[in-house]
Amino acid sequence: MKAIRTRGGISLRLDIRGLVIVLVLLCVALAASVALIGTGDFPISATDVIRTLLGNGDAGQEFIVNELRLPRVLVGLLVGAALALGGALFQAISRNPLGSPDILGLGQGSTAGALVMIVLFSGSAAQVALGALVGGLVTGFAIYLLAWKRGVHGYRLVLVGIGMSAVMTAVNGYLLTKADIVDAARATVWMTGSLDGRDWNQVWPLLALCAVLVPVALTYARPLRMLEMGDDVANALGVRVERTRLVLLVAAVLLTAAATAAAGPVGFVALTAPQLARRLTRSPGPNIAASMCMGAALLVTADWISQRAFGADQLPVGVVTGVVGGVYLLWLLLSERKAGRI
Amino acid sequence: MLVDSPLEQRADTAAAPPNRRAIRTVGLLGAVVVLAALLVVSVAIGAKPLSVGQVWHGLFEDTGTFSDVVVGERLARTLLGLLSGVALGLSGAVLQALTRNPLADPGLLGINMGASAAVVTAVSFFGVTSLTGYVWFAFLGAAAVGVLVYVLGGTRSATPVRLALAGTAISAALYGYLQAVMIMDNAALGKMRFWTVGSLVSADMSTIRQVLPFIAVGSVLALALARPLNAMAMGDDTARALGANLNRTRALSMMAATLLCGAATAACGPIVFVGLMVPHVVRSFTGPDLRWILPFSAVLSPVLLLGADVVGRLVARPAEVQVGIVTAIIGGPVFIYLVRRRKVTQL
Repeated sequence: MKAIRTRGGISLRLDIRGLVIVLVLLCVALAASVALIGTGDFPISATDVIRTLLGNGDAGQEFIVNELRLPRVLVGLLVGAALALGGALFQAISRNPLGSPDILGLGQGSTAGALVMIVLFSGSAAQVALGALVGGLVTGFAIYLLAWKRGVHGYRLVLVGIGMSAVMTAVNGYLLTKADIVDAARATVWMTGSLDGRDWNQVWPLLALCAVLVPVALTYARPLRMLEMGDDVANALGVRVERTRLVLLVAAVLLTAAATAAAGPVGFVALTAPQLARRLTRSPGPNIAASMCMGAALLVTADWISQRAFGADQLPVGVVTGVVGGVYLLWLLLSERKAGRI
Repeated sequence: MLVDSPLEQRADTAAAPPNRRAIRTVGLLGAVVVLAALLVVSVAIGAKPLSVGQVWHGLFEDTGTFSDVVVGERLARTLLGLLSGVALGLSGAVLQALTRNPLADPGLLGINMGASAAVVTAVSFFGVTSLTGYVWFAFLGAAAVGVLVYVLGGTRSATPVRLALAGTAISAALYGYLQAVMIMDNAALGKMRFWTVGSLVSADMSTIRQVLPFIAVGSVLALALARPLNAMAMGDDTARALGANLNRTRALSMMAATLLCGAATAACGPIVFVGLMVPHVVRSFTGPDLRWILPFSAVLSPVLLLGADVVGRLVARPAEVQVGIVTAIIGGPVFIYLVRRRKVTQL
């Protein structure tokens, strides 16, 4: 952390480590994106990918890159960033590293909406996405209402979310047993989270939503940091606790639901990305920019690993993020145990 | 290990005067009567309703008629529900006492996920198709995860939070594996989607014979742990001062919970919330004494499980809703209600 002062009396604090980390993560995300665009049945070298993206490629490569692979990568980047931001907000509000949307049942709610579309109506991809969006929003709303009792306490939010998640999991299990095997296979792939076959139709709504909600989150970053110290302290510091929490929860639910609608409930990005970002930047509060870059880098890298290791479109990206997330949590547990913090 | 000092006995009589003890004993007997009635109902009710006379005929004068076969099938299912219910209730009560967290349940320690991962491995890689084959895999998986959680949680220095976190982490990693296998292997998906919701449908006598010894040993162990766990509820230092052996009690509690939950999960899939809800509800009228919580949980859990199973059979006749789904749909709202009722400071 460094303070810069000008003669005119303007001063600002600059978190150099945080800035460097954000830049490094951005580079990683971009590099992984280029590698991902080059991977597939028609491998394209990295230089060709960059040349094509700049508009100087030949016609065949231009079609493959711009129409087929670029939208998929963009969806990956946006979904990763949105999930990570949603996770960072939820973890900060619940003051619990486990309080991510995965645990709180938002993913299960979206899944229920999507499964209704897949199993009961054999809906198209767009209808499934709509179902997921509605399911996620309704679940988020229900959790908030049920956790409300003269204000929403973070821990109660988590516990109500866990209860909600169990009910939704049961509903999903029921829908899965009612499906025929073709629908069940489709549902399972969707439930794992996949970037397969995403096109520009998924990119634009997600981009628009991020363009609105990211600035909102950034404006509330400061009160959020106060909120992490506890409601009473935040109140004393002049934060409107309940309003801040409501605005940020709505933003987090919207981001998570939209990301889930676009790519399915990709597991553990929301849980791990903010935690990794926080450890890398070594800053105490929620790190919105670093979390988003980390989420984007994580998801695109995981997608690249799953394509490289198991062949094109064999395993959806959610499987890799799940395993990575679990192993990371174990590492976290062991390292924190050594540090004597738990 | 067992705390048995004159001081504690005096404290007991002070805490529970004879008349309250009498009320509790009567309550326990009443619960047993309800359970017995439910056992009969569970055999009699289903897609084909049977009269009491037909049930009697099937049980004691089996001549192989259609209704006798139905009775035989339902009897196996009812017995399995009884055994799993006892196992889930006791393991939940023990885990809640061990982690000193009223929200702990066997799923929290990753035991369910261990069993699921082992079963999907058995189905996909070893070609096991029969339920009797699953049981051993599920049991091994549950036991392996139980040991792993205990080791990662810090063995001797295990605290409630560490145990819970280790369970969550292992569940997460195993979940990724489970999904991967189910996506790559359609046949495994076909089997697993029915197994993972938790059901008593495929019960038969050989499954019951396989899991019975584990549940019996686990139940005895759990009931014997009531006193040292009572002492531990007062905090580690007080428990040590009262003569309880902390490490041994923790290790034995983990063992009892793993035996019970592993056997139940192996036999009927991961059924959530019975182990969480019942001890929680029981605690609200017995107070914190595990010598009452454990027996009450053991009687009331099968009541809930068999009740949910009967409901599941009735709501979608002639098909049925799996018992794991019914328990979660009943259990979730009850859980949320319990959470809402508590004050923030108690959370």
